[in-house]
Amino acid sequence: MALFKKKGSCHETPSVASSGARKVALVGNPNVGKSVLFNALTGAYVTVSNYPGTSVEVSRGNTVINGEQFEIIDTPGMYSVLPITEEERVAREILLNERPYLVLHVLDARNLERMLPMTLQLIEAELPVVLVVNIMDEAARMGLEIDIALLSERLGIPVIGAATAKKVGLPEIREAISKGTAAAACRFSYSKSLEADLGQISGLLKGEYMLSRKAISILLLQGDKEVAELARGAEGEGYPAIEAVVKEKRFERRESLHLDLSMERKRVVKGVLDGAFKAPAKRVVTLAEKISRLTVRPATGVPLLLIVLYFGLYKFVGDFGAGTLVDLLEEKGFKEFFNPWITGVVKHFVPWEMIQELFIGEYGIITLGIRYAVGIILPIVATFFLFFSMLEDSGYFPRLALLVDRLFKTLGLTGRAVIPMVLGFGCDTMATMVTRTLETVRERVIATLLLALAIPCSAQLGVILALLSKAPGALLVWSLCLLLIFLFIGLLAAKVLPGETPMFYMEIPPMRLPQLSNVLTKTYTRMQWYFMEILPLFVLASVLLWLGKITNFFETMVRALSPVMASLGLPKEVAVAFIFGFFRRDYGAAGLYDLQSHGLLNPRQLTVAAVTLTLFIPCVAQFLIMKKERGWKTAFAIGFFVSALAFGSGWMLNRFLLFTSIL
Amino acid sequence: MKLSDKAEEILEALWIESEENGHGYAELDQMEFAPSDPAYQELSSQALVEIKGGRIYFRPEGREEGRKTIRRHRLAERLMMDVLNIRGESGDIKACQFEHLLNEGVDIKVCTMLNHPSTCPHGKPIPAGDCCEEARKTGDLGVVPLTEFNSGEEGDIAYIQTEDSKKMQKLMAMGVLPGNRITLLQSFPSYIFRVGFSEFAIDSAMAREIFVRR
Repeated sequence: MALFKKKGSCHETPSVASSGARKVALVGNPNVGKSVLFNALTGAYVTVSNYPGTSVEVSRGNTVINGEQFEIIDTPGMYSVLPITEEERVAREILLNERPYLVLHVLDARNLERMLPMTLQLIEAELPVVLVVNIMDEAARMGLEIDIALLSERLGIPVIGAATAKKVGLPEIREAISKGTAAAACRFSYSKSLEADLGQISGLLKGEYMLSRKAISILLLQGDKEVAELARGAEGEGYPAIEAVVKEKRFERRESLHLDLSMERKRVVKGVLDGAFKAPAKRVVTLAEKISRLTVRPATGVPLLLIVLYFGLYKFVGDFGAGTLVDLLEEKGFKEFFNPWITGVVKHFVPWEMIQELFIGEYGIITLGIRYAVGIILPIVATFFLFFSMLEDSGYFPRLALLVDRLFKTLGLTGRAVIPMVLGFGCDTMATMVTRTLETVRERVIATLLLALAIPCSAQLGVILALLSKAPGALLVWSLCLLLIFLFIGLLAAKVLPGETPMFYMEIPPMRLPQLSNVLTKTYTRMQWYFMEILPLFVLASVLLWLGKITNFFETMVRALSPVMASLGLPKEVAVAFIFGFFRRDYGAAGLYDLQSHGLLNPRQLTVAAVTLTLFIPCVAQFLIMKKERGWKTAFAIGFFVSALAFGSGWMLNRFLLFTSIL
Repeated sequence: MKLSDKAEEILEALWIESEENGHGYAELDQMEFAPSDPAYQELSSQALVEIKGGRIYFRPEGREEGRKTIRRHRLAERLMMDVLNIRGESGDIKACQFEHLLNEGVDIKVCTMLNHPSTCPHGKPIPAGDCCEEARKTGDLGVVPLTEFNSGEEGDIAYIQTEDSKKMQKLMAMGVLPGNRITLLQSFPSYIFRVGFSEFAIDSAMAREIFVRR
């Protein structure tokens, strides 16, 4: 699952400077190695942008082969030329509108039988198709024999066997791009009656299309609305007659058109593969499959999940990232070397104390903003994204999704939502953006709410863990509180919000060893995105805090908030952390850290403050993304609800802790 | 002698309370029909039930009659859903009217047509009839939803029954096609199955819509 292949800007930008370069479209199912091939072909010159009018991302890059420049387009995964999802719609739009000079259909050698029907559709559309049978190495390991030459002969198009992850077949693919290929000629036919019906429709078509008339006829028969619109425009006066015939045929075939077509294509594929694809009589069970079994059985899957979380999140991100690295960067790097040095420099060049304050004061841009961003946040987020990208590339997420689907159903979500939820532990802002991959609006709203409320991001998590680990028991109370609120609000949201939870279905790609270069690229691009997003906010926050300090507005705010703090049983200084927290939650948590190190908080106060702050309003960036993805009404509603709930829970927790005197 | 519709409904309610919920009886004042209803008279005069101390019990013949009645009811429900594609509340209401026609061998025909189903659309068991036993003996195990499979069991996909044609297309594009070999790998917490060399996970709602031949 490539969620954030290369995260550039989210603005709708036109394609790479493609001054007439010939376009090559990579198409195929998800998880067949399209992106790996794309990266191998294009190298570093890549743009990622939303396809106009959609939230679907399309990567484009240029490559030069034999002195000629080509634009490579990595289309979203598609299962069929008849689109169902938005991704598939975009992929087909590209085929229809961008007039690719070459279409590279990439498929998984192990699943030839299942994926060839789409090749048939591309051939029947008379597109210039070259078939890339990828992942040949894995297929060979499973004992599958594939006769590439025979396939090519039977299909009537160039076919290349490849293992792009191992760089096998790349020269041949480059060669094929350079040479190009003629529009495919369809060599197979469906049942007589189906062909007769299609002939009747295509005989009436007079317009010019990117796809063959036969393909257009099939899509019309399947009730494809976009193609119907296309035909209405292209046929002009002749359209009503075509529409009438299509209607009649659709009625005649209402019971089973989709099924009939699928069965016909299956029959054709069987013929094509006869003798060209041999599977061993006995299934070879690979090690990856054995591991896969372990990850999905509850008895082994749940302990495995805990192990992954313990070593991945707690040990690697928590101990190593938030502990060792932060110590190194923040304590040693900044406090001992960089800050004293920069303070000297600034004091030397800037004579006015007030301006000195802006850069190197208590809330200085450099001593606070940059220090937080680079010294605390960077190492935590970097380790988290490294961990996340490893999991993503290993194929673990679909397995996790099916493990938690039942539990998530009670919260009004399906297993699919596990990906934004886990990502939320890295960066809630990014996770909120990913909620758009969920199927229904209802699911997206619930996921957005839960992310805003109860999922602490890695930066915040790191600081809070460090903070609470000093007070035994506090960590436990904090985690229990969050878990309870997460489940309670999820259950409530599922009850209150109208609509049904959609069904869950997911392909489970084979488990594989993540490739280091891919993982690093992903981590890097995510880091880059993250840094571009937060650094300006940190600087802005520093400036605002500085302004607040010199104008005494800040003091006023703290005083205004002190009754609220008092009702939570907190000293008034904690208000500072909350004001910080509005800019970024981890900023606020870091503020608590300062307070605690000055000995201003007892364990109870620490726990109450940490819980309230974790639940409290998301950072400015997350709020802005919420507004962008869900609209301002939902965003404000969620923001308001979250703030009220945060202080309400803090108050209750304080009462509870006072009453029971656990801490 | 043919029972009245009301009497049949009382038998069904009593079957659920007494046999499925395991109470062995049903409280009279919790029945749908008032204790004064003549249908009770009808049942007890035919020695099918016994009423004492505000509770209603099966007599041996009555239990058999209850079994048959509930079977007819649930077969009718399946018929509404699987064949006539009438679902939800209207399916339930139609099934209630239809069940009373399923006697004198009509139930066997319907049961055979539906391939001897073992559960109703709500997941409750349909008591097996003689025809089901017969079919099982001759090895004609018929078509069942994927939910009836055990982990590790293999079969052929018979058909996909879903109202959502988009979902159907998606499944077919993923290779879930009639005639393809399917292996159920796991059924909890989600259903995992293999077709060809690919694996898929679906929830139980979806698994109920894929019908497989053992």
